Amino acid sequence: MKKNVYAAGLLLAGIFLLGGCGKKEPEEYLTVFNYGEYMDPEVLEQFTEETGIGIKYEEALTPEELYAKYSSGAISYDLVCSADYMIQRMIQEGEAQKVDFSSMEYAGNIGDRFWEFSQAFDPQNEYALPYFYGTIGILYDTTKVDAPIDSWGVLFNGSYKNDIIMQNSQRDTFMITLKYLGYSLNTSDEGELREALDLLIRQKPDVQAYLVDEARDEVVAGNAAMAVVYSGEAYLGHEYNENLAYVVPKEGSNVWIDSWIVTRKCENLEAASKFLDFLCREDIATKNFEYIYYSTPNEAVIANMDEELRNDPAITPTEEDMENCEVCTQTDEDVVNLYNELWKELKAD
Amino acid sequence: MVRLKNAFMKCYLAFIMLFLYAPILVLIVLSFNDSRSRVTWGGFTLRWYATLFSNRQILEALKTTLFLGLGSAAAATLIGTLGAVGIQAMRKRGYQVVMSVTNIPILNADIVTGIALMLWFVRFIPLGFTSVMLAHITFNIPYVILSVMPKLKSLNLSIYEAARDLGAGSVYAFFHIVLPQIGSGILAGFFMALTMSMDDFVITYFTKGAGVNTLSTMIYGEIRKGIKPEMYALSTLLFGVIFVILLLFNLLSGKGKSTEDMIERSR
Amino acid sequence: MKRKYLSTPYIIWVIGFTILPLVTIAASAFTDNDDAFTWGNILAILEPINRQALLFSLAIAFGCTLICILLAYPAALVLKSFRLKRKGFTIFLLVLPMWMNFILRILAWQMILSKNGILNFLLGKVGIAPLALSNTWIALMIGMVYDFLPYMILPIFNAISDIDEDLIEAARDLGADSGTVFRKVIFPLSMPGMLSGIVMVFVPAMTSFVIADILGGGKLQLIGNIIEQEFVKSMNWHLGAGLSISLMLLVIVGLAFTLRNDMEERGTTIW
Repeated sequence: MKKNVYAAGLLLAGIFLLGGCGKKEPEEYLTVFNYGEYMDPEVLEQFTEETGIGIKYEEALTPEELYAKYSSGAISYDLVCSADYMIQRMIQEGEAQKVDFSSMEYAGNIGDRFWEFSQAFDPQNEYALPYFYGTIGILYDTTKVDAPIDSWGVLFNGSYKNDIIMQNSQRDTFMITLKYLGYSLNTSDEGELREALDLLIRQKPDVQAYLVDEARDEVVAGNAAMAVVYSGEAYLGHEYNENLAYVVPKEGSNVWIDSWIVTRKCENLEAASKFLDFLCREDIATKNFEYIYYSTPNEAVIANMDEELRNDPAITPTEEDMENCEVCTQTDEDVVNLYNELWKELKAD
Repeated sequence: MVRLKNAFMKCYLAFIMLFLYAPILVLIVLSFNDSRSRVTWGGFTLRWYATLFSNRQILEALKTTLFLGLGSAAAATLIGTLGAVGIQAMRKRGYQVVMSVTNIPILNADIVTGIALMLWFVRFIPLGFTSVMLAHITFNIPYVILSVMPKLKSLNLSIYEAARDLGAGSVYAFFHIVLPQIGSGILAGFFMALTMSMDDFVITYFTKGAGVNTLSTMIYGEIRKGIKPEMYALSTLLFGVIFVILLLFNLLSGKGKSTEDMIERSR
Repeated sequence: MKRKYLSTPYIIWVIGFTILPLVTIAASAFTDNDDAFTWGNILAILEPINRQALLFSLAIAFGCTLICILLAYPAALVLKSFRLKRKGFTIFLLVLPMWMNFILRILAWQMILSKNGILNFLLGKVGIAPLALSNTWIALMIGMVYDFLPYMILPIFNAISDIDEDLIEAARDLGADSGTVFRKVIFPLSMPGMLSGIVMVFVPAMTSFVIADILGGGKLQLIGNIIEQEFVKSMNWHLGAGLSISLMLLVIVGLAFTLRNDMEERGTTIW
């Protein structure tokens, strides 16, 4: 017994020593809510060093999860980064504060066309600051397919049995199916959605797995021939396995923009604006880009990018791809509930 | 025949151990993999162990995890042990009611416990380190009680009474007679609580404030872009350190005679 | 001072952090989005999709518990037969894997079981055709048994090693053979441990969802997955709360019925 007590005591003492070496605490704080691994941690430290404003940083995996935690009111976040449709929902619910982007020093680095894209959910460009964007497409192993892929059809025509990885996210999975069927991905027509469900149910036996996070790894490891992924993941996949290719199918797809908003609860708008401006600064945006490798809307970063990266369709979507793509702006509660219902039906089948 | 049976038994045990340790081996191997992707082997490297110690976020999370684990386990052990001693003295009715309530955190899905606590905390305190600590103590206490209770049941009260008859005060008798007898249960409860706290993700996620990160919540955030190899290195180190401590502890304590053993023999 | 007052801090704690939060959740289970009273969320578990997931969870949890017993019982007997001087160390060896993060361990299983994974690689070495385990219910089962097995071995082992050797010898002296000793002495006396094990395995198996998401490839829907979806993805907390309350009641009733005897009277420590 005695020895146990000593051992526990030693452990505790060690931990207190570890904890002893603190630094001086900042006076102001911003509470920032972002996706997991969606910012270089050094950027946060640098911001605190330069401005003296501390950051309390919090991460979520999906927009839904982020919204759930936000709306519980458990933590008053100052800044939130999320997907376009979730940003739209928050703006509609009055959760966003207007920010004067024109007075910012570096916000001009964000290209005009991305501000225009944002207008799909923020018509006056008053709330949302574009952060990263990209497309959804198919990442496939060129050694496992007969011909280059150019259509969503390969996922549904049964020629790659048990070799397909779909997204374990109701929106993404339904969106691409709707696109394949030739409908708008923002449809609220129950008939069209049911048609998509039927197709997905028929496809289910061919699907190896519905994954979110590990989809890329499964194709890299050769466990599956193809996976539906976000464009940035495709770039990383190609880094690990040269045989992989990425395509945005000809039927069109979704272009997503993850954006920042300042929340209604933020009391220090000045600090929050400083933070957003800081993110747009070229060196900072470059740092984040090189940490994440998703498509950046920051023209200054794009201008100084390696030729090879700039021409990679997974990093810089082509004009042609972009023209076929739609921004998801469906936030109607009834439609969202219908999505939930259909998704459960698909999984239950 | 006996030897054959013995060999078979050893094989069976080896199989069970292999089953339990297979993923651990995989993680250890991954910590030496010179590639950021877990599915490609890039050769042997030690660099993740080097970068680990310059990664302030991970070290911070480690500190929080250990603080949380040891703190909540200690508090739960104290409250739980006192609780168990008290509950055992209750009449049947009260005993049954309290014990069924004790089981609730075990019976509930983690996500329900997590969200229930979050909604409850929000009314009184801002989420932060304190709220996670309270949550961890809450789900740790039942494990302590469940570990201590059986020992209390088999407690040999006659020794306690004998000590009292010989003039020992009740506090003295408690520390010298009762505590050694239930000591192994208390210790087991403490370690169980520590293990549960270190392993929990869901409840921590919902009750933590912004800026508070444990290793579990950090790993969860990394799933999307791939687990950082430093995490494998840290897990391997933690595992190695604990393993060595336990091994030494086992060798040392094998020689000494603890009070617990003596009581055990006197029975 | 009366001994029972020692539990006062605990009682206060339980009321403050277990019962009242549960009441909050129950309150949201019995109301709809407009805060009106409803039975709908509680009864939702009877809807076809939810019922199907519940039955599937039951089947998986039963299977998992059964396999755990079948694997754990012999393991506990073997451990006992080695007459270890320090049983503490054995127990630590069983618990040690739990000190590595749960998500990391399950992801490691994914790598072991996948099509080009470690298991198939090893099987290939000895000339066995690859197994298609990944993303099936078998993989889910392996993951669950893996995760919960220590919770079954430990209490059984504890119960068995607490059996008085004299008792076994007495039985032998009276002419019982090994089989009879096991049937009449060891097995009945190990029951409390097994009951603790069943609770420790069955209950978490009923509510888990992470293993199904990672090892089941998202194709298998347990009731835990549905509850998680309602809470986190669909943001329908009332329904999520309703489903979890009914699940909790079902589990409690089920356990009370199966075990009948008061767990606390007979249960053994899990450590």
